[in-house]
Amino acid sequence: MAYTEEELKKELETKEYEYGFYTDIESDTFPVGLSEEIVIAISKKKEEPEWMTLWRLEAFRIWESMEEPTWANVHYEKPDFQKISYYSAPKSADPNKTLDDVDPDLLEMYRKLGISVDEQKKLQNVAVDIVVDSVSVATTFKKTLAEKGIIFMPISEAIKEHPELVKKYIGSVVPQKDNFYAALNSAVFTDGSFCYIPKGVRCPMELSTYFRINQAGTGQFERTLLIADEDSYVSYLEGCTAPSRDENQLHAAVVELIALDGAEIKYSTVQNWFPGNSEGKGGVYNFVTKRAICEKNAKVSWTQVETGSAVTWKYPSCILKGDNSIGEFYSIAVTNNYQQADTGTKMVHLGKNTKSTIISKGISAGKSQNSYRGLVQVNSRADGARNFSQCDSLLMGNECGAHTFPYIEAKNKTAMIEHEATTSKIGEDQIFYCNQRGIPTEKAIALIVNGFSKEVLNKLPMEFAVEAQKLLEISLEGSVG
Amino acid sequence: MAFENNVDVEHPVHDVRMAAIKNFEEKGFPSKKEEAWKYTSLNSLQKIDFSIFPKEENALEYKDVKRYFIHEIDTYKIVFVDGIYSSYLSETTHDGVDICLMSAALTKPMYKQVIDVYFNKIASKDESLTLLNTAFSREGAYIYIPKNKMPKKPIEILHFSTGNEASLLLQPRNLIIVEENAEVQIIERHQSLTSNDILTNAVTEIFAAKSAIVDFYKIQNDNETASLIDNTYIDQKDKSLVKVHTFSFGGKLIRNNLNFYQNGEYIDSTMKGVTILGEKQHVDHHTLVHHIEPNCESHQDYKGIYGDSSTGVFNGKIIVDKIAQKTNAFQQNNNILISDKASINTKPQLEIFADDVKCSHGCTIGQLDEDALFYLQSRGIPKKEARALLMYAFANNVLSSVRIPELKTRINKLIAKKLGVNLGFDL
Repeated sequence: MAYTEEELKKELETKEYEYGFYTDIESDTFPVGLSEEIVIAISKKKEEPEWMTLWRLEAFRIWESMEEPTWANVHYEKPDFQKISYYSAPKSADPNKTLDDVDPDLLEMYRKLGISVDEQKKLQNVAVDIVVDSVSVATTFKKTLAEKGIIFMPISEAIKEHPELVKKYIGSVVPQKDNFYAALNSAVFTDGSFCYIPKGVRCPMELSTYFRINQAGTGQFERTLLIADEDSYVSYLEGCTAPSRDENQLHAAVVELIALDGAEIKYSTVQNWFPGNSEGKGGVYNFVTKRAICEKNAKVSWTQVETGSAVTWKYPSCILKGDNSIGEFYSIAVTNNYQQADTGTKMVHLGKNTKSTIISKGISAGKSQNSYRGLVQVNSRADGARNFSQCDSLLMGNECGAHTFPYIEAKNKTAMIEHEATTSKIGEDQIFYCNQRGIPTEKAIALIVNGFSKEVLNKLPMEFAVEAQKLLEISLEGSVG
Repeated sequence: MAFENNVDVEHPVHDVRMAAIKNFEEKGFPSKKEEAWKYTSLNSLQKIDFSIFPKEENALEYKDVKRYFIHEIDTYKIVFVDGIYSSYLSETTHDGVDICLMSAALTKPMYKQVIDVYFNKIASKDESLTLLNTAFSREGAYIYIPKNKMPKKPIEILHFSTGNEASLLLQPRNLIIVEENAEVQIIERHQSLTSNDILTNAVTEIFAAKSAIVDFYKIQNDNETASLIDNTYIDQKDKSLVKVHTFSFGGKLIRNNLNFYQNGEYIDSTMKGVTILGEKQHVDHHTLVHHIEPNCESHQDYKGIYGDSSTGVFNGKIIVDKIAQKTNAFQQNNNILISDKASINTKPQLEIFADDVKCSHGCTIGQLDEDALFYLQSRGIPKKEARALLMYAFANNVLSSVRIPELKTRINKLIAKKLGVNLGFDL
């Protein structure tokens, strides 16, 4: 072997979480705590119209009356909502400036993250909206997109510039009272992306949002609203990272997708929040509500690669409201060390001849717990509904756990539902076979894991797929002895 | 409810009962808010004012109830009428094996040692309906099969309820102990002879020692005013084999809580079920297999056919502990909906903490194959019979492992009756 075990160990230690740096940018942070005043202050800061302030206040009142959910198969210290700052913005980011004026420190940070806001992206043909802490700091390609009539901008701007669209659709898929974290988000969300694809337009490039929690003691609450008008198509990417900190940071986002008649939305996420260190200290609490509504002949496809977060609580769902609509969910969830993930999907069949596919791959290593929780519901009017679900788990080491909680509810006799689940481990014979052919154990495991997750990786857009593969390798490094 | 007044203070298991009452009072009846009772509501049952302690003994003539026995073969019989033992209809024994009454086992000193070791040892201490039974059960079957023994014939446990009480709550409690290398076959049936409201809340504890074999068949074909909550707890030791078959065709509400605990190695646990429902019937199968030690297997196969406005629930939970390496756990649940108003909720659940295991579950919801139906019709088989034939085939996997031929015939007849056809042959 080229290098010694010592070197490998060293490399692993440093490689733990390569996005764990903190960039010292002067920022404008609200005092900690949550009250009606804070909600109003956020709304003021954002120069929002009155209806938005009232909408937030309504959400806040609902939130106050709710209790934190405990049904998920995760254990963590409950965050103290009065100890979080609900607004933090890099001071020098002024959305009216052009890219050239952006703080060089910020640009340096993006470089470290591997996102270039400039030329390179043009070659890759991806339009990016970047959200640091609570504020959207840069949106690229606005002009090119505007020519096609596509609106892609921070949601805070959209509230001012396109209030009719925002007012009509915000909360229509995930209402304020949907759940505890959705209510919290509705009250205090500070930014996020807004996207509208007009009728019959095929978005010429991938749209992308990049989230980053930078400041300590803050929570990130972003809200994404994506509307695909009739017969349009869009592919959307989302990525996230955070610095390594000892404390737990809260991330409670809401994503709403609206696919009108005949529209198609492809939504891909590579979630790489800081997972906590190898002793399970620190890390991001990721409590996210993602939901899509599909009208007639519409199609929504969720693809997610979950490698980060100390605790994940996330169920990207599809409400198949229109006839012949299609919902898809492809997921890889990797947990290592002390990570806990409770993730899955809900497919609610309301329309006739609706179809859904669920492919979920869970990989657990170290002392982590990985759960799949899903719901397939066929309502009495959903004639000819079809579902296929497959959840496979791969266990590495005997201190981790894999769990499945699939709920299947059928109220229509023409429903066809299939569900399959398997649990297995990487066989010694498989490793031996690879070793025999000169492939070292670490590489062999990467190879097998890649094969195991191929069905999902294939669904990711090209440049993301490569990143995701690398992420899988990194997060599982050193997990098999 | 002034339950305490009716409890016999002098009773040998008095302390166990008082503890159970206290626990039950804290918990109350399970509500739909509890995850395990999400799809089954006991509200309609709680509204009925059940009489808990039947006052008088009711005699039945054998000829009136003969058809509920597997009368084609000779069996040991433990028969209860309205919760009270009927010596006239029963056939018990103490010849080598003990097939007798729970009340006798609890009071006679000669059984004390066994009762101390086994009674209420695996029954849940925090599941409220089990607690209710522990607190107030008076009677049930006691079966003790010593080492290397096998009773000469199968054992039938029958519970009849008559119409003398307007509505009746029955709480039978069975204890079955099968020692090393012993074997037993048991058939259990609950039968209501009236259209009064009956609620049976039964608890059965089964202990299978090393290399023991237990075959347990539950026939649930009661009339539509009778409800049944069956709680069965099974403790298995090394190399034992326990099979439980549940045939659910009748009743208003049936809830089966079937729990297997594998306290040893090389254990095989099998649970199979056929459910055929119509009208407004509701059946809820909750199974739990807890793999505690390495090298064990479990097999589950539940088939359901749901017609009219019936509702079905299947919740199968498999837990594999960290040290239970080399576990093989299989679970299969197939359902057919034959009516627009019928619905099925299924939740196969795996909780796995060991890495060298093979666990799988499969679950389907579908319809009868139109092509197959057409094939049969084109060969002159009427539609009704063709449909029944396909449903037979669907359930056959489960029936094939019934080891008492007369019982298999009986179940075939019950299925035919439930489907409203006469095929004139057995599978």
